[in-house]
Amino acid sequence: MNVLELSNVSKVYGEGPTEVRALSGVDLVVDAGALVAVMGASGSGKSTLLTIAGSLEQATAGEVRVGGAALSRMSRNDQARMRRRSIGYVFQDYNLLAGLNAVENVALPLELDGMSAKKAQSAGMAALEELGLADRASHFPDELSGGERQRVSIARAVVGDRQLLLADEPSGALDSTNGEAVMRLVLAACRRGLAAVVVTHDAQLASWADRVVFLRDGRVVDQTMPPMGIEASLVSRGPNS
Amino acid sequence: MSIRHAMLALLSEGPKYGLQLRQEFEARTGDVWPLNVGQVYTTLQRLERDGLVESDEPEAEGPQKGFRITPDGAEELDEWLRTPPDLSSPPRDELVIKVLVALRMPDVDVHALIQVHRRYLVELMQQWTRLKEDEGHFDISFALVVDAELFRLDSVVRWLDTADGRLKRAATEPAPPATFPMPKLRRRVGVQQ
Repeated sequence: MNVLELSNVSKVYGEGPTEVRALSGVDLVVDAGALVAVMGASGSGKSTLLTIAGSLEQATAGEVRVGGAALSRMSRNDQARMRRRSIGYVFQDYNLLAGLNAVENVALPLELDGMSAKKAQSAGMAALEELGLADRASHFPDELSGGERQRVSIARAVVGDRQLLLADEPSGALDSTNGEAVMRLVLAACRRGLAAVVVTHDAQLASWADRVVFLRDGRVVDQTMPPMGIEASLVSRGPNS
Repeated sequence: MSIRHAMLALLSEGPKYGLQLRQEFEARTGDVWPLNVGQVYTTLQRLERDGLVESDEPEAEGPQKGFRITPDGAEELDEWLRTPPDLSSPPRDELVIKVLVALRMPDVDVHALIQVHRRYLVELMQQWTRLKEDEGHFDISFALVVDAELFRLDSVVRWLDTADGRLKRAATEPAPPATFPMPKLRRRVGVQQ
């Protein structure tokens, strides 16, 4: 099932001599359970693609569908509801609210969507437990390490009945060990059925994805094939190769 | 990778048979580097000839022949461990050469060429990373080998990314006035103890 579908999406900022074409005719389909990484240089349109996929920005042309529903046919309120219920966001700088502790941060989107505080906290706690953060539930963001903050933001992104996880350089500020831990959590969420799009310039993080899409000057120029087993090629290598 | 020094390292733990050395070498390199029996015995014969190992029965042959490291062998192993591999000169890197050659060919889109190689490398990295999904099932040696391979491939991707950006900028900037010779780096052998 397609959770996210971008069809011929373009995005233009400004007009006339100041016009900047950030995306040109982008097609992208992400199925439930799939982890797709988008790689590209700075200014290639990666972050714009993500914000349009998450309905945080409108495409200039083309169509975006989330869970089969076309964003262009939704009211702003419906789009906001869909963002709260169906889409989780993970950002490089975590975007946790400093005045809320970890479980309150995770429960917030559920409460904003009308769930009772008690139920939301319970669901938030379950999400933190799944990510091995139960003992940090009452800690505030400034009492957590960078890796822990990002894990809390992932818990917030997957809590409830989310279908789609969108992550923009989710490990940009983390060391390679914590970066890998973040990608393991994103992959685990996908194995439970979420669709995820991770934007990154880091090939090691992108290599956790089922498919890597390459963006250049706002266009999709290439993508990898699904990974196959490597054992066969490994055993054919000698120690001196 | 030096099989000779790997054999010495295994024998530094205590006397071992030839077949045992082969099995332990493969197990400790995560079965990434298979050895044939011939390689093991040829290496052991040379080590014995050089006085770095000795056997129980010098005239005996076969898998039950036992070997142990000599003091000279232990010294050789220690020196090898402390000697950095020679990385002072750039290797003859086929990918670098391909990109440099492509630059001279007016009909070749270098950016498209770089992307072909980038995709191949990322696909390889995806395959290695898949192995990490089941990391609980393999030992620390294999985990280190997988990490090393991923970092190696990642460094090539980064070079391609940098080359891509440099060429893009160069297309809009005037060319530099002259070329510079490759710097010569002095090699320092050994590590201060």
